Amino acid sequence: MAEHSGMVEKRGAGLWLTHLGLIIGVAFIFFPIWLAFVASTVSQPEIVRPPMPLLPGDQFFENYSKALTAGINAPVALMLGNSLFMALGIAIGKIAISLLSAFAIVYFKFPGKKLFFWLIFLTLMLPVEVRIVPTYEVIANFGMLNSYQGLILPLIASATATFLFRQFFMTVPDELAEAARVDGAGPMRFFFDILLPMSRTNIAALFVILFIYGWNQYLWPLLITTDPSMNTIVMGIKQMFPSGDDIADWPVIMATSILAMVPPVLVVVGMQKLFIRGLVESEK
Amino acid sequence: MEKRVTFKGIWLPLLLVLPQILITAIFFFYPAGQAIWQSLFIPDPFGLSMQWVGLGNFEYLLSDRFYRASFITTAVFSILVTVVSMGVALYLAILADRLIKGSGTYRTLLIWPYAVAPAVAGVLWLFMFNTRVGVVTWYLGLLGYDWNHVLNEGEAMGLVVVASAWGRISYNFLFFLAGLQAIPRSVIEAAAIDGAHFWTRFRTIVWPLLSPTTFFLLVVNIIYAFFETFGVIHTITSGGPQQATTILVYKVYSDGFVGQDLGSSAAQSVILLVIVSLLTVIQFKYIERRVHY
Repeated sequence: MAEHSGMVEKRGAGLWLTHLGLIIGVAFIFFPIWLAFVASTVSQPEIVRPPMPLLPGDQFFENYSKALTAGINAPVALMLGNSLFMALGIAIGKIAISLLSAFAIVYFKFPGKKLFFWLIFLTLMLPVEVRIVPTYEVIANFGMLNSYQGLILPLIASATATFLFRQFFMTVPDELAEAARVDGAGPMRFFFDILLPMSRTNIAALFVILFIYGWNQYLWPLLITTDPSMNTIVMGIKQMFPSGDDIADWPVIMATSILAMVPPVLVVVGMQKLFIRGLVESEK
Repeated sequence: MEKRVTFKGIWLPLLLVLPQILITAIFFFYPAGQAIWQSLFIPDPFGLSMQWVGLGNFEYLLSDRFYRASFITTAVFSILVTVVSMGVALYLAILADRLIKGSGTYRTLLIWPYAVAPAVAGVLWLFMFNTRVGVVTWYLGLLGYDWNHVLNEGEAMGLVVVASAWGRISYNFLFFLAGLQAIPRSVIEAAAIDGAHFWTRFRTIVWPLLSPTTFFLLVVNIIYAFFETFGVIHTITSGGPQQATTILVYKVYSDGFVGQDLGSSAAQSVILLVIVSLLTVIQFKYIERRVHY
């Protein structure tokens, strides 16, 4: 790589200082997670008599199996399932309705098109947190408290994905639609056979972002899942703390925290390229 | 804006937009309208009827000592979170950008906390600074410092700021690094040949060229601090002590769901709605400019 090295990059002592600075940064990022992991592998007495050890103990299996099968209010395995269902529902649901509406807006002329476009556009960036009380009432009136529909549907109502697909469809060469029309292929045939396969990478990148968004929801599940068996894992952790002066079951709580992190972290690290692409695209 | 080639049909496109329009109408426009409507009433104590008060809820809010305090708390909190997370991220991005090899490895090591939910970040930091079992609390005690964020307002604020900023560093790092790597090496090297040292180069070349990224991140981070940090605050302090960490979103929640003061909570929602809209407009103005240049 010598031919790439310019004169402003660091060598020698400066290089080591640069690495040192970065390693300190990485350590700062990792430290809280390391401590949580250590706490999830030791016993309760080791934690309640501070300072706790800084290296993992031998209670890994006990703590994690206790968390997964029994938990505190509900088995964590159940909460993991709820989170997975909610995250997948939000990601798939949002992508599906956005693909369809972006297709209609880009490839058709129909009455009310401008109006629909602006209605969808208006929802950009107004988070659910802003309208929680009335949205809660809507869900309650539909009898959707403690249900997957209730967890998923209100979080699908946003335009970011529609916008992204609209932008992408605008860059698709007109010749493709032209050719499909000449061949006598209907619009849905064109959509499924040409447009959808071309959008694969965009769909995957968006999926990564939406999955994490759905998995990490907190306020909304906190409001509408009063039944512990419907709790998602991210909101369920706080519910594991005892009220009053009792000491929290830290090993189990920390095992749950680690379990809550693993799926989205795997998605980010495993699909790093798609993740970065999705992040940059969806913020454009 | 328009495709030259379009398909014929009116019912098919209407059918295609229907799912999104329905969901948006039921779960977005109706609740947002309700929030605006409810903000003009106060319900009687039994919840049986509503009394029209016009802008009374807003007037009350703006004269309410606690609401104004929450505004200031939100401002302080958002500025601190934004400055801390962007500052650390920029520092790390500058370091990573100076490497010829290995910046990809550091990127992988630094980006994954993006996936850690704010509420989980809150639990992690709560554990370290817990007054009874926290490791950091214990070592601070050795140094003679008695950490207690349950009682001390400044320490509570410091803890929620650090926990919120911590989870946000990866995001900012990613955008700063991309911004730095987009600056042509030749420009910087030309300045180096002219004898400009690191700080001169940074001040006169890098920082101005980086300013679109910085501005974008500023807006996005403020929005993050306003809304997505709810999980951090709820897990660590629940808005306390003495409402010292009650940011606006937390107050909508605690007045609306815990205090059941629907009129006031709705009015607060409307105020938040206006703030987000303003931030969104600023962001779009900026994006427009970036597209034209």
